[in-house]
Amino acid sequence: MTTLLDILSWVLLTLGGLSILIGGIGALRMPDLYTRMHAASVTDSMGAILVLVGIMLQAGWSLATIKLIAVLLFLLLTSPTSSYALASAALLAGTRPFEESVQDDDEGQE
Amino acid sequence: MYYVVTIATLVTMGLALIRAVLGPSVYDRVLAVNMIGTKTVLLLSVIAFLYGRPDFLDLALAYALINFIGVLAVLEFFRNRALRRSTERDKGGVNK
Amino acid sequence: MIVIFGIFLLTLLVITAIAIVRTDNLFVAVMLMGIASLLIAGNFFLLDAADVALTEAAVGAGISTVLFLSALALTSERERAKSSNKLLSLVVVAAAAMILIYATFDKPRFGDPGAPVQTHVAPWYLEKTPEYIDIPNVVTAVLGSFRGYDTLGEVFVVFTAGIGVLFLLGSGVPLGSLPQDKINEGLRHHLIPRVVGRVLIPFILLFGLYVQFHGEYGPGGGFQAGAIIAASIILFALLEGEQRALSVLSARVLLGLIAIGPLIYGAVGVAGILLGGNFLDYSVLSSNPVKGQQLGILLIEAGVGITVTGVLLSVFHAFAARGR
Repeated sequence: MTTLLDILSWVLLTLGGLSILIGGIGALRMPDLYTRMHAASVTDSMGAILVLVGIMLQAGWSLATIKLIAVLLFLLLTSPTSSYALASAALLAGTRPFEESVQDDDEGQE
Repeated sequence: MYYVVTIATLVTMGLALIRAVLGPSVYDRVLAVNMIGTKTVLLLSVIAFLYGRPDFLDLALAYALINFIGVLAVLEFFRNRALRRSTERDKGGVNK
Repeated sequence: MIVIFGIFLLTLLVITAIAIVRTDNLFVAVMLMGIASLLIAGNFFLLDAADVALTEAAVGAGISTVLFLSALALTSERERAKSSNKLLSLVVVAAAAMILIYATFDKPRFGDPGAPVQTHVAPWYLEKTPEYIDIPNVVTAVLGSFRGYDTLGEVFVVFTAGIGVLFLLGSGVPLGSLPQDKINEGLRHHLIPRVVGRVLIPFILLFGLYVQFHGEYGPGGGFQAGAIIAASIILFALLEGEQRALSVLSARVLLGLIAIGPLIYGAVGVAGILLGGNFLDYSVLSSNPVKGQQLGILLIEAGVGITVTGVLLSVFHAFAARGR
């Protein structure tokens, strides 16, 4: 049983590390602010969930697991809010998305 | 087993730092700071287990909080500055 | 392996420091300072110093960034052109750095078990803490009881800094009325951060109280708790507007908090004298000396937390009120 848990957390931790790395490379190489935000949010959501669940499996049923659940809930609740606030602030300040990436539906209405 | 995740997180912090130094607009830099903050939270959680000291998880929670408040504060102040500058321009005004 | 991680974080810190010095846009510099603070806090954590890491993160990455930004909102964004005579400053800085590096040659090696601090001071604290104070967190025992005078000095330094800023900037009570179009601007206009904030702020306050009272058993204590509680009220002020934050905790109440904190600390010290011991001797506070020590540490940490909360919030309101 413990070997199964160990293998499972190994897999989850490695996938989590990979997601974080992919998000980091994306944030560096993407052409525009909004696409970089997409990349960064991969690290905050997938990376955080996989890594923290992987550690939780190692911790078993203890106080540490409850604290980890609290950290995970907090991260999942606040990182989309920060991305939203950042994107709306950038949009209202006039940063335009990359020309080839998207069609702005609000154009002409502002 | 935790070393892989730690190395991945540290490398990502380095990449985000490069984005913070390079980023042409100020919002790129805010994004990079937010990323480094959340990566620090994950790094702390993993290293707390690496050390076998699970009571260090309070720090991870505190960092997550501080990061959130910091990003919102930065955005609020940019907004206020832009607003004040535009009202001063509208009043024909004094350049502070 | 941990050493390699620490060295990597320190390398990132050096890169950040170079970037801070080289940029001339002050907002960029402030945000890079936030990153530098997080990197240093990570390094403290790798060195197993949890209390310091928590304080560095709460105060450096959170509150300092907010205060720098509110100060920058009052001035210009670009650095003015530097004056000449760079050669002289380079020589002075290089000489000072050389002297400092030369002075570190006499220090014992990092982690050397034969160093004086490892053979005399640290083992004494580690042995005597279960005997005299009996709390698991030795850092709080040293901070609160064995070196209580130093912490008294720190509280008075925070108090003086708060008074100094309030003398310069005023207490944050608004001078005029807020222009109407600003009330619904910024984050106050957006529903999502406000709702999320309203859900989170009670839990952040609860977490601050937990850190305050848990300082004897784990990382925590008065300084960290004060910074976290101040951060939660600052979040409230950002999301709901400063007027509402001032109606929740008015400037008078904050002045009261700034005064009451050091008063509690000093009162515990004087109570030690009145009950027959020395100044700041907690053993006489209760019939059992060990319980007396724990009670004393609890009270002074409360004093520290109250002071830090009051000072940080007053300084924030003072800066923010000037911005109008």
